[in-house]
Amino acid sequence: MFQIVDKKQLSENVYRLEVQAPRIAKAYRPGQFAILRIDENGERIPLTIAQAKPLEGLITFIIQAIGFTTRRLCGMKAGEAIRDVAGPLGRATELERFGHVVLVGGGVGTAVIYPQAQALKDLGNRVTAVIGGRTKELVILEDELKSVCDQVLPCTDDGSYGRKGFVTTALSELIEKGEPKVDAVITAGPVMMMKAISDLTRPFGIKTIVSLNPIMVDGTGMCGGCRVTVGGKTLFACVEGPEFDGHEVDFKELVDRLSTYRDAEKQMVESHRCKLDGIIK
Amino acid sequence: MARIKEPRVKMPEQEPQRRINDFEEVNLGLSMELAQQEARRCLQCKKPMCMEGCPVRVNIPGFIGAVAKGDFTEAAKILKQGNALPAVCGRVCPQETQCEAKCVLGVKGEPVAIGWLERFVADWALTQETPVEEQISIEPNGKKVAIVGSGPAGLTCAGELAKLGYEVTIFEAFHEAGGVLIYGIPQFRLPKEIVKKEIDSLKKLGVKIELNVVVGKTVTLDQLIMEEGFSAIFVANGAGLPVFMNLPGENLKGVYSANEFLTRVNLMRAYRFGEYATPVIRGSKVVVIGGGNVAMDAVRTARRLGAEPAILVYRRSREEMPARIEEVHHAEEEGIVFEMLTNPVGILGNDGGWVKGIECQRQKLGEPDSSGRRRPEPIEGSNFVIDCDLVIEAIGTRANPMVTQTTPDLKVNKWGYIETDETGMTSKPGVFAGGDIVRGAATVILAMGDGKRTAAAIDAYLKK
Repeated sequence: MFQIVDKKQLSENVYRLEVQAPRIAKAYRPGQFAILRIDENGERIPLTIAQAKPLEGLITFIIQAIGFTTRRLCGMKAGEAIRDVAGPLGRATELERFGHVVLVGGGVGTAVIYPQAQALKDLGNRVTAVIGGRTKELVILEDELKSVCDQVLPCTDDGSYGRKGFVTTALSELIEKGEPKVDAVITAGPVMMMKAISDLTRPFGIKTIVSLNPIMVDGTGMCGGCRVTVGGKTLFACVEGPEFDGHEVDFKELVDRLSTYRDAEKQMVESHRCKLDGIIK
Repeated sequence: MARIKEPRVKMPEQEPQRRINDFEEVNLGLSMELAQQEARRCLQCKKPMCMEGCPVRVNIPGFIGAVAKGDFTEAAKILKQGNALPAVCGRVCPQETQCEAKCVLGVKGEPVAIGWLERFVADWALTQETPVEEQISIEPNGKKVAIVGSGPAGLTCAGELAKLGYEVTIFEAFHEAGGVLIYGIPQFRLPKEIVKKEIDSLKKLGVKIELNVVVGKTVTLDQLIMEEGFSAIFVANGAGLPVFMNLPGENLKGVYSANEFLTRVNLMRAYRFGEYATPVIRGSKVVVIGGGNVAMDAVRTARRLGAEPAILVYRRSREEMPARIEEVHHAEEEGIVFEMLTNPVGILGNDGGWVKGIECQRQKLGEPDSSGRRRPEPIEGSNFVIDCDLVIEAIGTRANPMVTQTTPDLKVNKWGYIETDETGMTSKPGVFAGGDIVRGAATVILAMGDGKRTAAAIDAYLKK
């Protein structure tokens, strides 16, 4: 059992859970994820580890209550326990001294870039973070990122906070201004956002790393459910990813595969609506 | 000679028409009377050939003799000495190519039903109030051994070492112990409750199991030795990554590896979706590609989830199929359609990105290939389409990289499987390996044989 020691609401339906998982906290490196299962009847879902405190044996997840399991997770309280947490899984981000790195986080994807920001800074990079959300509520971790980045640019689709517009607009300006020149882009967030970012950087030849979130069961390479096409080859995101060269990823296929269980998910949410509504309004 | 003429008993089975609607076990097990009747057929050979055929060398005439006498406790003790998981082996071992293939009675008639008797004794023992394990005395020797993976190799090795007095901890990546016995082999062939009870028996011997530890990721072999005080490690983390055929359309929705399909259904209980949260695509017309036991498990599972038809597509002919005869026979009874000498060339999708069919090509058999089986050759112009909404590929696995990736000094062969000597020792001091991570995909009993043999080697190594 993995106890939740702290829970904090970050925005309307985004929560931060701090979980006791000493082995994982010790082994974790930025870019890695864990697979968790709430209880005996639960499904296994992958979640990026946003932070680890090895000395205290704690790891942090930032979760948006969207699906059946994420809603249930967000409804759990400090003191309760998650039955299973396995990790850290996947390859760690290949961090190096790129020069000027722009990290682009969309929604809870910001949780993925946050640990990378610190590590990249430590390696001597200039780090700019562009973080976006539909509205002000959904822009998260701004203060945390400010403490480690050279520059943080929040954006909202509706203009309720920061610049009005998509993260791509802000990134595009950074590239055009070139003060200094953008050497690499690392991004995590909605698939269509990562696709747009990759399309934007391609003509400039800027190295672009995307963090993918396909459907997984075991997370150790055993099922092949997370297969993605990268550079025309089929790869397993759980062992060969989750980060890939954004210019090589077949995003259309990924979006389509992510819709596989949409009806099943709806069915679970509907049949447990009373229970879930009690948790998440 | 009278005994030779006595016919082999028949295994009571659940009716095919009933069982395609549920996941209950197909073979119901022998009654006490049938078991004793069958046990009396054994000739009690002076030089028992059956034992030669057993990878863990169970004292077969010994336990069968005890059954014939009605002394089931004695039978269970003898059986458990040789085999840590008899209720499992009695169900899934390919006895027809091992012990039973060597039985003298099989020369002129039918061999003794050794597998069914093994299952009978093991099941009997599981229902007893005082477990047989409690009658085994163990003297702790204070040394710690780590085992990576709780599949058949790991469990067997753990049991053997525990009996020798070692403090054994098994690290399992999944949330439930049992490895392929839990995620792979379906309920109707090996009920989970049986596996759980066998694992409980091991726990009674003092074996500890830590779940959710992906050795290689969560903790490395070096850390287990240097930081956690383990004197030796047995790596038995299984085969792993599924192989795909690289067919066009393979990433459409509605294409699974057998591993994924079976894991969803077995480990995650997706056949009870609603009560359990893991979904699985229930095809209405399903094609399974492959001819081994895993393919057979997948196609029979699909049938139970409602597929009509559930079709098995295999590129060679029935004679070359590696699946157990009993499984093929059960599949036929359940109405599985066999498309032999047929090879898929592409998967077809609809506008929504879902599978709608599979294009296949007929094959004919040519000269034998390196495996000794006749090589299938395509017949030009024979392409045809099978309508289906789910395709499951069961064509094999490749090496699991979890441990080897983070253990550079562990020697692997060109396919990524761990190299060992005949005792199971690897290139890394104190580290041993066995099961599918050494052999590639093999059987439960061969993995158990590795576990048993390596336990002896670890004991010898640590006594040096």
